[in-house]
Amino acid sequence: MKIIVPIKQVPETSNVKMDPETGTMVREGVESIINPLDLYAIEAAVSLKEEHGAEVIAISMGPVKAGLALKEAIAMGCDDGILLSDKAFAGADTWATSYVLAQAIKKIGAFDLILCGERATDGDTGQVGPGIAAWLDIPFHTYVSAIKELHSGHFVVERMVETGYEILEIDRPCLLTVVKEINYPRLPTLRGKQRARKMQNMVWGPADIEARGEYLGLPGSPTRVVKISKPQVARNGVILYPKDDKQVEEAVDQLLAFLEQKEIL
Amino acid sequence: MAYKGVWILGEQQEGRIRLVSYELLKRGRELADKRQVELWAVVLGKQISQPDIEELFQRGADRVLIALHPGLEHFFPEPYTRCLSHLIQKYQPEILIASATTTGRTVAPAVAITCNTGLTADCTGLDIEPETGNLIQTRPAIGGNILATIKTPNHRPQMATVRPHSNKPLEADLSRSGEIIYEKVNDDLVKSRVRRRDFRPIGAEGSNIQDAEIVIAGGKGFKKEDNFRTVAQLASYFKAAVGATRDVVDLGWATYPQQVGLSGKTVSPKLYVAIGISGSVQHLAGIKTAENIVAINNDPEAQIFQVADFGIVADLFEVLPVLQEKLNQRAESKFKI
Repeated sequence: MKIIVPIKQVPETSNVKMDPETGTMVREGVESIINPLDLYAIEAAVSLKEEHGAEVIAISMGPVKAGLALKEAIAMGCDDGILLSDKAFAGADTWATSYVLAQAIKKIGAFDLILCGERATDGDTGQVGPGIAAWLDIPFHTYVSAIKELHSGHFVVERMVETGYEILEIDRPCLLTVVKEINYPRLPTLRGKQRARKMQNMVWGPADIEARGEYLGLPGSPTRVVKISKPQVARNGVILYPKDDKQVEEAVDQLLAFLEQKEIL
Repeated sequence: MAYKGVWILGEQQEGRIRLVSYELLKRGRELADKRQVELWAVVLGKQISQPDIEELFQRGADRVLIALHPGLEHFFPEPYTRCLSHLIQKYQPEILIASATTTGRTVAPAVAITCNTGLTADCTGLDIEPETGNLIQTRPAIGGNILATIKTPNHRPQMATVRPHSNKPLEADLSRSGEIIYEKVNDDLVKSRVRRRDFRPIGAEGSNIQDAEIVIAGGKGFKKEDNFRTVAQLASYFKAAVGATRDVVDLGWATYPQQVGLSGKTVSPKLYVAIGISGSVQHLAGIKTAENIVAINNDPEAQIFQVADFGIVADLFEVLPVLQEKLNQRAESKFKI
């Protein structure tokens, strides 16, 4: 079985700067991590490998330093990492990103399963997984909370939706985006880290994946970020500091009055 | 350009239109009025309740386009993507908005690739740029640290998903009605490589935090799992859903579907009550569009108070018993009357 895990390197969300000119994120000087929600996809792939035998390849599109995210994936148990890195890829929206990842997967060749995180915690779109599947014209589904059965022609998975859990059969090969509920990601092992250190990620550019130039990067992206603003955070609410039982009681009375005023009680 | 009109993607479950679709109609109505075009509601399913179709008109639709086929009863990505893409190519709407639900966030990205157009996720603001007619899409990103304004200047339709419950539906106007178009669906369009075997609904205590009018959430401040049960007791007074922080879910006091925040769910209830929650950036990202936020925490420096409309800085173990007692008294006095 061959499993491909597309991952993304993201900035620590508490520390973000934006380029006011381009409206894109300044990645320099910000600590970068693997998108936390991708760890569940990596874990799902590595545990399938342990139980059933598989080759797991992590791929990522990003600047050269995104190679570190691939190394971390290898330290967790992935067999290989492929970095898609080129100036032409920069500034891609989800449409152009999923195109590049799909082209890279075509180049990798036959596979059984693509596992993605639910979404990245920076862009927060969840669009790249379904986008890859659409480019590849393979069956896919999202919000998968368990991979329950493996058969030669299909998988049985559980999918978390607003009102409950769907149990679904999905033909192979396919793409699944997984939610946090699926597992507990492992930490990289020392041996894994040593292996990752020795390994050299493959780096592919547009020519390697036979990409159409007009589909790449910012120029190839249908959407444009035209403005970035700071959201209004503070609501300047009423804050009470009760010091004794009596004041606590008064505070609760005021809370109930607040809820009545808002027509909640 | 031939593309014209505003579409909303209506969602159905067992033939009934979901509330989020009526919310979406209000967004669609505003855009259609500004653009001076028709608003269509597009619904895919096996059968659709007739009164619900009438309600789509009453709550803003000018036309309702319905694609019926047994293969569209449940949401599967391939049939929905193919049908929707087919309808888009046939009728060429200028704007298509869907709810940012598990369905909308799954089908919209695939349609955007198939129809070669842009898509903006989980918008909280939509407007029309008067000069160009472009859709102005506003959405929080990077953990709610920024608001991004996004356009799709050269591709049509312009597509966006809209955060559920970020607005209320229009009042039903019973005088409104319109034309229903029933669209023939070929079997080829509904072929699916995904099949449904079973469905397991979430029980009452795991009630859906994204659909709830009121969410009462607890954090590590409860110290012990036993104490955390107070959250559920409080929630029962308010007929609220129980939410939780990531820490609490990781401790096993609550389940993942209850997790609020960046790696959990984004909620926009009428009231969000955060108890024993300090308010990490990640947690706040999930509640910024809540209408009212109440916070109870003993740390005056807790970030949660920055976003609170009403806050009590005190030990939750001192505040909650008083609150519960007073709520009990209210319930009893109501009962007597």
